[in-house]
Amino acid sequence: MQEIVMPFNNQAMALLCLLIPLLPLIGFIVNGLGNRKLAKGMVSLIGCGTVLASFLISVYLFLDFTANGSRAYTVDFYNWISVGDMQIGFSFLIDQLTLLMMLMVTGIGFLIHLYSAGYMSHDENFGKFFAFINLFMFSMLLLVMGSNYVMMFVGWEGVGLCSYLLIGFWNKNTNYNNAAKKAFVMNRIGDLGFLLGIFLIFITFGSVSYPQVFAEAARYTGGIDSTVMIAITLLLFVGAMGKSAQIPLFTWLPDAMAGPTPVSALIHAATMVTAGIYMVLRSNVLYVLAPTTMEVIAIVGIATALLAATIGLAQNDIKKVLAYSTVSQLGYMFLALGVMAFDSSIFHVLTHAFFKALLFLGAGSVIHAMSNEQDIRFMGGLRKYLPITFLTFLIGTLAIAGIPPFAGFFSKDELLAHVWEHNKIMWGLGLLTSFMTSFYMFRLVFLTFFGTFRGTEAQKHHLHESPISMTLPLIVLAILSTIGGFLGIPAVFGENMHVLQNYLAPIYGYAQVANAAAVAPLHIDHATEWMLMGISVAVAVVAIILAYVMYVSKKQVPAAEGTKLSPIHNLIYNKYYIDELYNATIVRPIMWFSSIFHKVFDVVIVDGVVNGVGKFVVQSSRTLRFAQSGAIGFYILIMVVSIALILFLNFFIG
Amino acid sequence: MNQIPEIIRTIPLEYYLFFSTALFAIGVIGVLTRRNAIIIFMCVELMLNAVNVLLTALSAYRADANGQVFVFFIMAVAAAEVCVGLAIIVMIYRNIRSTDVQLLNHLKW
Repeated sequence: MQEIVMPFNNQAMALLCLLIPLLPLIGFIVNGLGNRKLAKGMVSLIGCGTVLASFLISVYLFLDFTANGSRAYTVDFYNWISVGDMQIGFSFLIDQLTLLMMLMVTGIGFLIHLYSAGYMSHDENFGKFFAFINLFMFSMLLLVMGSNYVMMFVGWEGVGLCSYLLIGFWNKNTNYNNAAKKAFVMNRIGDLGFLLGIFLIFITFGSVSYPQVFAEAARYTGGIDSTVMIAITLLLFVGAMGKSAQIPLFTWLPDAMAGPTPVSALIHAATMVTAGIYMVLRSNVLYVLAPTTMEVIAIVGIATALLAATIGLAQNDIKKVLAYSTVSQLGYMFLALGVMAFDSSIFHVLTHAFFKALLFLGAGSVIHAMSNEQDIRFMGGLRKYLPITFLTFLIGTLAIAGIPPFAGFFSKDELLAHVWEHNKIMWGLGLLTSFMTSFYMFRLVFLTFFGTFRGTEAQKHHLHESPISMTLPLIVLAILSTIGGFLGIPAVFGENMHVLQNYLAPIYGYAQVANAAAVAPLHIDHATEWMLMGISVAVAVVAIILAYVMYVSKKQVPAAEGTKLSPIHNLIYNKYYIDELYNATIVRPIMWFSSIFHKVFDVVIVDGVVNGVGKFVVQSSRTLRFAQSGAIGFYILIMVVSIALILFLNFFIG
Repeated sequence: MNQIPEIIRTIPLEYYLFFSTALFAIGVIGVLTRRNAIIIFMCVELMLNAVNVLLTALSAYRADANGQVFVFFIMAVAAAEVCVGLAIIVMIYRNIRSTDVQLLNHLKW
């Protein structure tokens, strides 16, 4: 078998590769140390400039890569960890997938940095914000560029840390801090799975470096669905569950909306949460060896997509709706991975990054204009006041709803076509999810931008379109959301038009060897494909009309807080009481155990021993000090008696 | 043994041992029982000299000069020690108008 990954030794290019993650790190250090000392203009220049530079270098690297025949290579810098048989290098793997992720992360990252410069301009911790968000860029780039699982893990933890820091950015609010802690702890549960998966990979393949592991896996003789492969892939998937907010570890993501809106857009919608998908995709050769795991992933994915979409129907906080929509879309991506539609999954990651970042930034613009009001019950009629935001938000909504020719249509349609091939029931549920997505997104649009304004007079006076630094990213993302779909034109419009599929084909080289049947291209006849497309568009349009009738024609407004709701409405309004369930079944028992251990083990045993030693010393000293009487005669007597005793003992015993 | 002069051998070694032991015991008892600092000091000297006698006697009986050399060192050190010791006693006397060691019991607990 031909080697797919070549080592690389071109000093200048290696330096460029290193600069991509290094520049945001420099930005982090400068902005972090200069918080409140540097001028805000300077901070935004450094924050945005470093990321822009990373993006430009990534573009250059991408052009160079395609010009040189698209051959994947590793860039080794030094031997990072060397223990016994284990050699872990600090090195990058540059291939199609990495470059795609790099372009997405730095490109969207730059737009969001630019947006933040406007959005956060009134915040006193402006420098701190840019420092954290730059650190996030560094970690995320490390995650996607690393050439072994340990480096991915370092980036993985780094983005988790930044997520924690940024959710709790306004750390004077206890609720926000609790949300940050929740996100961190839930991610930790997933990370444990990921870590165990890495250990098992090392035990099985004797290495953690991608080229070696994948080459070994391609030669794997244990057969399809061996226990160890299922264990590895399931453990890695547990990590993905935590990071990408899948059932059962998804409840942190909606709470993560406590962070500033650009953070929600960058970390909790466009990039970090797709790390799980990247990881599965990167390990595609391992996953094709374990179809059972794939089935689990598909089920978890569709369940998450459906559950989150139903919750999204009844939420009234603009960011919460988007958060549940993100969870739901992530479920879609995992569904695609589960049915081995790897291309569709990464395609949806890409288009989702465009339109979800756009939607979040649009929501941020609305919140900015509404003086931090996030409840859509108090909005309405904003179309007139925020024309650019409205238009771009509408494009994003059309994209997520899957209306052609916007980006979401292509990716979602391709994804659902693969699911149709795999399992008709899952396709039906996927379609239902698609219907709900379309409905709740247009519910959001109609309640926010149509009708009459329902807020206070003060808010009405304050309404204004956002500054150029905020609208520019919106416009760029709106353009991307419109044309992004043309990267993956389905076969019905012409053979070999799917740019993304052709581009990404080499990354499945090892998987092809390991289990060729699993990565065989989709063969679906054109009539079926037309039909599937027609159905999904029709469903989306019906949902839009339904939302229009309910919220524009009939001018319905969601019930105010405290109104009695119907049982089902109440259930989904309260997110199926999942938080309460976790509280009762996991958090409370752990708290109870902790308090028992605290009372018995800590207070009685540990404290008893420690304090007992102290008390013994104090008590015996208190008694012994009376021997120090100050009488010289007594001292001398003791001395003489002692010496006599020593001599006596020495004479008779020694 | 034959190098040892007759004049020394007229008194047996045991006598020196008993003598110096008695001297040392008197010194110890003096230190333990007396209260006057100067007397205690003299008793300490007594103990030192008991040791000196023993060293000299053994040195002579074993025809080894080391012991006698050592005695000179002890004497020199004792002389220096007497200087310091007496100076301390003078200072004590100036402070408490007495040389009774029983009164010096403030340094306790």
